[in-house]
Amino acid sequence: MDALILSRIQFGANISFHILFPTITIALGWLLLFFKLRFNATGDEKWMDAYRYWVKVFALTFALGVVSGITMSFQFGTNWPGFMEAVGNIAGPLLAYEILTAFFLEAVFLGIMLFGFSKVPNWLHTTATVLVAFGTTMSAFWILVLNSWMHTPAGFEMRDGVAHATDWLAIIFNPSMPYRLGHTLLASGLTVAFLVAGVSAFRLLIGDKGRSVRATFATGVGLAALLIPAQILMGDMHGLNTLEHQPQKVAAMEGNWETRSNVPLVLFAIPDEEARENKWAVTIPNGASLILKHSADGVVPGLNDFVAEDGTALHPPVAPVFFSFRIMVGIGFAMLALSWAATVMMVRKRRGVEGVPRLVLWAFLGMTFSGWVATLAGWYTTEIGRQPWLVDGILTTAQAVGDVAPGMVMSSLIGYLVVYAVLLVAYIGVIFYLARKASNRMNETLWAGLRGGVNNKTAEQAS
Amino acid sequence: MTFLGDPSVSLPIIFAVLLGVSILIYVVLDGFDLGVGLLSPLATDGHRDRMVASIGPFWDANETWLVLAVGLLLVAFPAAHGAILTALYLPVFVLLIGLILRGVAFEFRAKAPVDKKAAWDFAFFLGSLMAAVSQGFMLGLYIMGLQFTGVALAFAALTAAFLPVGYSFIGACWLIMKTSGELQAKALRWARKSLWGVGFGLLLISFATPMASLRIFDKWLSFPEAILLAPLPLLSLAILVLLWLALQRLPTRNDSWAWAPFAFATVLFFLAFCGLAYSFYPYVVPEQLTIYEAAAAPESLFIILVGACVVLPIILAYSALSFFVFRGKATELRYD
Repeated sequence: MDALILSRIQFGANISFHILFPTITIALGWLLLFFKLRFNATGDEKWMDAYRYWVKVFALTFALGVVSGITMSFQFGTNWPGFMEAVGNIAGPLLAYEILTAFFLEAVFLGIMLFGFSKVPNWLHTTATVLVAFGTTMSAFWILVLNSWMHTPAGFEMRDGVAHATDWLAIIFNPSMPYRLGHTLLASGLTVAFLVAGVSAFRLLIGDKGRSVRATFATGVGLAALLIPAQILMGDMHGLNTLEHQPQKVAAMEGNWETRSNVPLVLFAIPDEEARENKWAVTIPNGASLILKHSADGVVPGLNDFVAEDGTALHPPVAPVFFSFRIMVGIGFAMLALSWAATVMMVRKRRGVEGVPRLVLWAFLGMTFSGWVATLAGWYTTEIGRQPWLVDGILTTAQAVGDVAPGMVMSSLIGYLVVYAVLLVAYIGVIFYLARKASNRMNETLWAGLRGGVNNKTAEQAS
Repeated sequence: MTFLGDPSVSLPIIFAVLLGVSILIYVVLDGFDLGVGLLSPLATDGHRDRMVASIGPFWDANETWLVLAVGLLLVAFPAAHGAILTALYLPVFVLLIGLILRGVAFEFRAKAPVDKKAAWDFAFFLGSLMAAVSQGFMLGLYIMGLQFTGVALAFAALTAAFLPVGYSFIGACWLIMKTSGELQAKALRWARKSLWGVGFGLLLISFATPMASLRIFDKWLSFPEAILLAPLPLLSLAILVLLWLALQRLPTRNDSWAWAPFAFATVLFFLAFCGLAYSFYPYVVPEQLTIYEAAAAPESLFIILVGACVVLPIILAYSALSFFVFRGKATELRYD
């Protein structure tokens, strides 16, 4: 394997590992603020209990996000020097603004948010929580501005092979930015909604009788039920935007080879890039034309339009984009079904969490990290869909790669993969360990309360 | 941009200064918390919790200065970012793995099951060691002009051994300020021992740097610059003596002056840094690329400068707030 493919795998592995954690912290920051504000308003301890458990998860997640993010800023230089040489004048200021307006804000106020509760007035602690949540969102904004610009570059001119900024507003508000930002922020909201619902379901399943865990379960389910229709709509708009600016990506997502009208929606198939056709396709007639052009005989662009004279493909590899897209959409609809079903069960006869059968709790537990899978699948769809370009129409991935010995990249890649695997296992393990611990403590307090705090034996046996 | 004079001269200088300041702040701030990590295996379990508590609210923000420094290198001197980081590929990899390990160990040691705590404590130490050693190694190679000769590697091995000693020293100084009683007494012993290493390391780098290139040699030892620069080594020596005296006399009965070693150590790091900066100016990649050659386009630098002028004072203000909130002796880390 050469340095290009190894560098791509390494960067892909790093960014895949990294994105897991900001995806959680962005929305979890706001959710913590919600818990805090509920507590400020009602004085009900259950919200503070929720805050106390989830702030631990937040701290852990934040640390993982920080350290994996530092890796990224170095890898631009170690593996992709061509990127900054060609588009550094655009990418540089955007990254600098991310560091200046987001990283410091979140890092400094995180200290006060985590450890300052008893040291600062309550308003300052709440403000710190707001600023941390705001910082994580700002960070998402700047990085998605840059990422969107790589997909739909605007507001620049090329001089001697180097991009120079001509219009910063056009760069920031480039054509795909609003859709990508909206889609990613909603993805973060859904990831957290299912994480919170899943961990709460776990705690309910192991017999947590506390009011706090019911509140967080209902919050997670409600948030999911609220966000998923918005996300499906936003995803559709994002898709239409992509169709306008990167038709070859949409062609790969749909597995459509020929530009024509009345294109069917391919539910499942094995795209064969050699034969340039789909095998074992299951289709809905006119489906793709209806979704993308809103009419049955709409003309949808096909992959065969993006082949050079000499036969080299100018479109992305089809199968990975095709399958990642289906995984993302599939999880989206599973999220819709589960969250709405659970909401109906809770609202019906006003039974709340009691109305949710154990089987559904198990389903939520199974979907605890479904947001991660969907986010990664969506990320692969859009980023692999950008290939062979790094910056659409300006710089190919092959042009940007650094001249590093493949053996070196291979050894660092293996090193990263081992560390990431260990950390991922430890992370998931600790989340459930902390949940079990919090539930045991909750039940102990309950038992102690029931027995007037005299007999703690049963509680100890329970834990 | 007119008030900047010729922006292709003034902007690279401004950004070189910003880059230098970020690196310096990083070395002092993450220096102390890496140092605490390096010292952690020497402490008992209870003391270790207190040591970690002393850096808990800060380490994350401290590390952000590294992100800013690398970011500034990336955005202001993109050609240098590529050249330096591809040359230092493997040490950078070790640094990153180290930073990952210690950053997460910090969280895991407090949250994972008790029987895993010792393993995370070890990861905390190992990560700190990997980060400090690799930074020292990169410093040495950089001083030697990023050449992979036998002499350069040998020198880099020496700096790789001494930077952790320097970090342990400033870490011990931090603990003298932030702890009391038995742990403070221990920190004083650590500081006294590592002070010798710091002095020796400074001496070594001071002699090696002029030897690395004729240009730097001339810069330091030609007349009259040599006289103008004489205060730098003399001041450093004076600070070393002051530190030695302070460490002999501390702790005072009412614990006054506990801040002094850390303050002096910061000044010492600052002086050493000025010496290096003077040696290498105007090069950002030693003997290969000047800051003027490596700089990004003026209009891009200008847009960052505008943001930096507005935001950096705010960052400094709220960082100060954080140090104020968590002033005094370190207490147990609690979320409530």
